Amino acid sequence: MSSAAPVAEFPTSSPLFDARAGEVTQAPSRGQRIFDAVFRKTCHTFAWLTILLVGFIVARITAAAIPAIHTLGLGFVTGRVWDANAGTYGILAQIWGTIYTSVLALMLGSIFGVAAAIFLSEGFLSAAVFGALKKFNLHLKPVTLRLPDQLERLLKELIELLAAIPSVVYGLWGIFVVIPLIRPWCNWLHAQMGWVPFFSTDLSGPGVLPAVLVLAIMILPTVTAISRDALVSVPPKIRMAAYGLGATRWESLFAVILPAASRGIFGGIVLAFGRALGETMALAMLVGNSNQIKLSLFSPANTLAALLANNFPEAGPKEVGILMYAALVLLAITLVVNVAGAFILHRAALMQSE
Amino acid sequence: MSTAMPPLRPANGHAATLPAEKRDDIVVDCHIRELYYGSFKAVRDTEIPIRKNSITAFIGPSGCGKSTVLRCLNRMNDLVRGFRFEGHVRYRGRDIYAHGIDPVAVRRFIGMVFQQPNPFATSIFNNVAFGLRLNGFKGDRADKVEKALRAAALWDEVKDKLNKSGLSLSGGQQQRLCIARAIATEPEVLLMDEPCSALDPIATRRIEELMTELSQKFTIAIVTHNLQQAQRVADYTGFLYVDTTQGGRTGYLVEFNHSKHLFEDPQHPHTQQYIRGEFS
Amino acid sequence: MATNVVERNLAGVEDPFAGVDFSHLERSLRRPRTLIDALLNLATAALTMLALVPLFSVVVMLLWRGGKRLSIAALTSLPPGPLEAGGGFGNAIVGTTVMVAVAILFSVPFGILTAVYLAQSNNKVAEVVRFCAKLLTGFPSILAGVFAYGAVVLATGGFSSLAGAVALSVLMLPTVILTSEDAIRMVPSRMKEAAIGMGATTAQTVWMVLLPTAIPGILTGVMLAVARAAGETAPLIFTALFSNYWLWQHGQMKLMQPTASLAVLIYNFAGMPFKNQVELAWAAALVLVLMVLCANLAGQALSARQVQR
Repeated sequence: MSSAAPVAEFPTSSPLFDARAGEVTQAPSRGQRIFDAVFRKTCHTFAWLTILLVGFIVARITAAAIPAIHTLGLGFVTGRVWDANAGTYGILAQIWGTIYTSVLALMLGSIFGVAAAIFLSEGFLSAAVFGALKKFNLHLKPVTLRLPDQLERLLKELIELLAAIPSVVYGLWGIFVVIPLIRPWCNWLHAQMGWVPFFSTDLSGPGVLPAVLVLAIMILPTVTAISRDALVSVPPKIRMAAYGLGATRWESLFAVILPAASRGIFGGIVLAFGRALGETMALAMLVGNSNQIKLSLFSPANTLAALLANNFPEAGPKEVGILMYAALVLLAITLVVNVAGAFILHRAALMQSE
Repeated sequence: MSTAMPPLRPANGHAATLPAEKRDDIVVDCHIRELYYGSFKAVRDTEIPIRKNSITAFIGPSGCGKSTVLRCLNRMNDLVRGFRFEGHVRYRGRDIYAHGIDPVAVRRFIGMVFQQPNPFATSIFNNVAFGLRLNGFKGDRADKVEKALRAAALWDEVKDKLNKSGLSLSGGQQQRLCIARAIATEPEVLLMDEPCSALDPIATRRIEELMTELSQKFTIAIVTHNLQQAQRVADYTGFLYVDTTQGGRTGYLVEFNHSKHLFEDPQHPHTQQYIRGEFS
Repeated sequence: MATNVVERNLAGVEDPFAGVDFSHLERSLRRPRTLIDALLNLATAALTMLALVPLFSVVVMLLWRGGKRLSIAALTSLPPGPLEAGGGFGNAIVGTTVMVAVAILFSVPFGILTAVYLAQSNNKVAEVVRFCAKLLTGFPSILAGVFAYGAVVLATGGFSSLAGAVALSVLMLPTVILTSEDAIRMVPSRMKEAAIGMGATTAQTVWMVLLPTAIPGILTGVMLAVARAAGETAPLIFTALFSNYWLWQHGQMKLMQPTASLAVLIYNFAGMPFKNQVELAWAAALVLVLMVLCANLAGQALSARQVQR
């Protein structure tokens, strides 16, 4: 390579350097240039492939669903009966089950999740531990000095651990622990207050309530993590202003801190809703797989994801198309919820940075 | 290749502001007519010749664009969004901003030492050998590393811990490590952007001595806000000033001369005021 | 005005605080606002603790019911038939490991190369890619299975571990992309500047500085993705299906055959009316949780080594 050759010789030499100028320093070799160009192109290509992958996923599912969309039309979404023998397919019951269980789980999971986020972000625990240690005059000992912070971190990691347990394990735990545990109470409630629509049936095994309980546990870490981030990123000066005026901890929380963090918390809850809608295994194992629309917490129901999980393995070519249609409906619902959640969080981050 | 260079010829004398001196020992001939970051005009009308085996210092108040000018000399400004440049920078007679010139190749011949010491998160040896690997050097790496570390006056302090992380050194040692890294590949020109601003006086002194030694082998351009430093080490000094008359803050070259002349007998009133310490 | 008040105070003529009872400075639960504060403190503490009860319950049950059945035989034998005694889930451990490994092969190079692009660019394309990656993180795992079913099972004509791996890699990809981008952006910009200032090409900067410095953070992301993928069931039920045999048969790897996995085994066995199968499901759950936890812990240990900005 002519361009890689030394530019010119010059006579200077010091005892430390004996090489001619340009002996070490070279313009990039042909190999380096080619590798650089290829590497950059490759990275660029893979970035585009990510976009294409998402497009391909949507296109693949849509394409497979098109025959079913043609034959079944919108009646598929409004039909309540799924009977493969009769050739009647409708997923309204599954859509109802998906949204009903997710909303209930979200209510439960948000209460616990936001409470845990407040508890972990406002220094309640470390303050309490510090106070307790001080009672015994242990608070400044080398071992105990860091204890309050360590305990708080441990608690935070335990909450995160809830998210690490696979959903199928939660399903197993739900079948053998939750259902036997709550069944007597549920049946007692049904016996005493059966006129309330929510308690209008008895719990014979799988049903909405155990599914909701387990689902709530599964989305709780998402709510906690995002809410905690939102609370922690409330500027300290806002906090100080409230405390400085003599507000108690909770007065400042309700009046100032929670409103400031509300967008972030709400975004987290919406994302958790997206998770709940798409969650499959725990529901397939606990919800009972029965296509009915009831308000009762104790009756079995079905969800879109559970429908897919149960029917795909043995589906014939015709049924595959119909299931793809159901998958497309699930995709549309979760897509809308996830985009909304991401959008809210994005706006919250913008507000925060202003 | 698009970067095939024309044969070496003497620089044609845009930068001749000094009387009675040969023009053919100019290694980098910098002529900035206008330099923009987006719509912000950062520098105008700056002509600085950088001569072989000399030290050229850029001084001036903060915000006068002296670092910007320095970063023009090896096209580091290409990394800044919206950077636009009018004029030329000739390295050995070739315009490094000409079409088809590879900025990567330019930077291999015109090395750079930064304001903050910036060793890589790897061993001392690998830090110095980085440039050798970059250039695909096939010879005795250990020998080159030792020579560079000796030249940077760091060898005696680190010879027993070449496998320790470069980040474990003190600030002054880190900066000398960065100098060793820059000179290990033996580039022709070394640009130093306030190399001592993060260091204490003793470390600063060592780097200054080092620069004087290195100028026997390398051509050095240095940005400094320390007038004494420029006076102590530089053969030539350029004084840049900020022009605020047109609304923006545009830097330009006020005066360029031998350091001795510039400090003892400044011609321009701005230079006189600055050297007397009447503004910073 | 203000000075007047002070002077009069000093003179003792008129003290505006004279009527105030300073015993109010003491904290007392009798005052409603203090009481409410204390009660709410207690309530959040109670809710947080209550949220952790399921975790302890799951762990205790796993150790008790799973630990009871766990043995070398369970780890190394094939699943038992109905009403058969003994047996285990050795093939499921192998299946999960192989599918996750193949998914790593797909998703890690893909994810890191994309992340390299994202970390260097701030243009529209990068923004769209980042948006797509975020969409994929919230993507229901079962739809990854539906996609792999449509793209691989239907195309190759059968359930296979390859289809399972494709589904898992779709789930791993966004985690790898987003955490790797973060890790690369965490590399101090002055290191990148140093490399470029010495005349490194983009590829050299990436390979010699950015990736070596960012590697702990990247591996953290990979381990988190592995932890998620290993526990996934939904995308495997109708891609890899299940098998009662070893993946390794007659001296060759049956990548195009239905394959067992721990998660699907738990799902199948949990619904069976046989005591032996249920016990094995618990033991398999214990093994699966341990695998997932190991991946998580490895990731956390690595993240502690990331160079800070």
